[in-house]
Amino acid sequence: MIFSLAIYAAPYSSQASDSAYRFATALLDQGHKLYRIFFYHDAVHNASSLATPSQDEAHLPQQWLQLSEKHGIDLVVCIAAALKRGLLNQQEADRHEKPGFNLAGGFTLGGLGQLVDAAVTSDRLITFGN
Amino acid sequence: MAEISKKLLFVSRHAPYGSSIAKEALDAILAASAYNQQLSLLFMDEGVFQLLPAQEAQEIGQKSLAAMLPALSLYDIDEIYVHQESLQARQIESRELVLDNIKVIDSAAVHSLLARQHQLLSF
Repeated sequence: MIFSLAIYAAPYSSQASDSAYRFATALLDQGHKLYRIFFYHDAVHNASSLATPSQDEAHLPQQWLQLSEKHGIDLVVCIAAALKRGLLNQQEADRHEKPGFNLAGGFTLGGLGQLVDAAVTSDRLITFGN
Repeated sequence: MAEISKKLLFVSRHAPYGSSIAKEALDAILAASAYNQQLSLLFMDEGVFQLLPAQEAQEIGQKSLAAMLPALSLYDIDEIYVHQESLQARQIESRELVLDNIKVIDSAAVHSLLARQHQLLSF
């Protein structure tokens, strides 16, 4: 079965992103496919390259990237939600004349159409953190 | 985007202010209207407060969500539902609501509405 996930809550503030990660690994372990993870609302902070949790805590941004590399999962961050919360890639930082960018490589900024596409393309869309 | 048309129900369950999730749910369904899918929208739980007309959101530096809801019909989103028991629990009468084409449905009808969908987008 093809799954996609939509995540809305910030990592560390809420359990939702960690639960989503555990759900993702469980479904992949069972042989299902994961097409896309769409980060919306406060979940855009999952994509920060500057996240620095202490060593005894899970490093969610890194975990998403490892999962994506291993299984070829599309990690899409809603561009409108990201920009207003200060999550920018290099292109957006240049466009808006910001001093730096912090979207971890491996995540892409995309529109809400990518969420709709995930819903249409997947057999199941599972939401975390609403 | 795949060339298939699916039934997508957006479920909005949060109050209009305090968190931006209600606004972002509305943004999501308006964006979805561009992709030829069969869209519908259900307000339930605290989400029914979004439908009250007297929202003075400018007082807290926000835009009125109630003022944006009529835009749904401009985007051809006409399948709009509100959960009757959620209204009753909050003593809201359906005649107070900003959308006059909204369909008030009870829990049993919500159950069958959910069952008819390909996907739920839950906010």
